[in-house]
Amino acid sequence: MIIIGGSAGSFNTILSILNGLDKNFSVPIVIVLHRLKNYESSFEDILRHHTHYIVKEVEDKEIIKNGIVYTAPSNYHLLLEENNTFSLDVSELVNYSRPSIDVTFESASAILKEKCCGILLSGANNDGAKGLKRIAENNGTTIIQDCQEAEYKNMPNAAKLIYKYHQELNTKNIINKLNNEYC
Amino acid sequence: MIDFNDLDELLFTIQKQFDYDFSEYSKASMLRRINRFMEINSMTTAVDLQFELINNPKIFKEFINEIVVNVSEFFRDPSFYQSLTKNIFPYLDSYPKINIWSAGCSFGEETYSLAILLKETGMYDKTRLYATDISSNAIEKSKKGIYPNINFKDYSKNYFECGGQASLNNYFISDEKNSIINSDFKKNILFSNHNLVTDGVFKECQLILCRNVLIYFNDELQNKVLKLFYDSLPIHGFLALGKKESLRFSSVYENFKEIDRNEKIYQKIK
Ligand SMILES: C[S@@+](CC[C@H](N)C(=O)[O-])C[C@H]1O[C@@H](n2cnc3c(N)ncnc32)[C@H](O)[C@@H]1O
Repeated sequence: MIIIGGSAGSFNTILSILNGLDKNFSVPIVIVLHRLKNYESSFEDILRHHTHYIVKEVEDKEIIKNGIVYTAPSNYHLLLEENNTFSLDVSELVNYSRPSIDVTFESASAILKEKCCGILLSGANNDGAKGLKRIAENNGTTIIQDCQEAEYKNMPNAAKLIYKYHQELNTKNIINKLNNEYC
Repeated sequence: MIDFNDLDELLFTIQKQFDYDFSEYSKASMLRRINRFMEINSMTTAVDLQFELINNPKIFKEFINEIVVNVSEFFRDPSFYQSLTKNIFPYLDSYPKINIWSAGCSFGEETYSLAILLKETGMYDKTRLYATDISSNAIEKSKKGIYPNINFKDYSKNYFECGGQASLNNYFISDEKNSIINSDFKKNILFSNHNLVTDGVFKECQLILCRNVLIYFNDELQNKVLKLFYDSLPIHGFLALGKKESLRFSSVYENFKEIDRNEKIYQKIK
């Protein structure tokens, strides 16, 4: 499974990544994006329109399937269960965020171990850094967006500051890596 | 930190020693809550935790308060309350007396929100609200009805998005730190302990709200609890779930009609 965490300035990068993946790329992708609460933002619609993927906002206890791009609903943390389903959770904000990228990274890593791939994109806060480190410690794959390229480099940079062995790649190389290793 | 292997054993101990059955709760979220609790209390191993829980009743109480997620808001999901007032209230209003059950009421935010809307639509006086939760701490707090002022900016925003007419502050008395709900709202609300896992039908009610509680249960337990709600509703009674919860996988799905698909409001039809 591939989990992409993004905040301010990450939306277009997410779109480029999804569009850059091979047509038969089937590993489930989960997107945890910070957004405003109570507004049904058109994020899913835009993804549906501009990519060839089936895009689903996660429902509680939904079974995880190949070939689908899942998005974390606003105002809920997104967790993974042992039986290949998602769980949602409305507990306290983490890093001022719900969904929090840390929460999903940590939960996914506990289940998927080395099969977990975390990608942390542009953002103006520190969410995701701790969780990405956890994925790395469990021998998963960890990627941060090139800090030069990121519109807001705070988020990838925070991850780098607490763990320096993440692969730092620009959008084009993220796409290449995913196509080479997961397709 | 504990992992999934420690979890089952721990939950088994808790069930044996304290008669709380969390075995069918969502494991991922349980694990997260327990690890959070251990971090706050500087415990490192499952053995530390078990020892403290068994030997220190105060710690056990705190543990229960921490692992059930008591996070709530006034008027959480304004679009839900809008739909409720528009689609369900007129129907309820046709009854001379109305009973409503708010299951998993947390600190009372949801129940008082409902009471405020009932008041504004002139239905409050003929309504009894039964609000229940597994957590005694939550029930005590609900009865007090005291909330920190810092959250009221968000609550007021929610209230206006629901179409609230007055100012939310009108319903509270505040000092510099906290606000307490007007005592009028306590008259028709009964807060009490009730465990959805082990306790039976609570009371027949025309509307049951159980929002953001089922997400903490695995699908078998969700199914059981939904069956309990089915049994607690009269024909044509309403069930409202959280925005991301649904009846879809449950055995009583066929017995309900979707009233508002987005807001997860259902009506019992058979
Ligand atoms: C996240 S809160 C939901 C509060 C409110 N309904 C809302 O949507 O904002 C979940 C509540 O469910 C309660 N709960 C958990 N397990 C329960 C059980 N077995 N029986 C009754 N209540 C339970 C918790 O104590 C907590 O107050």
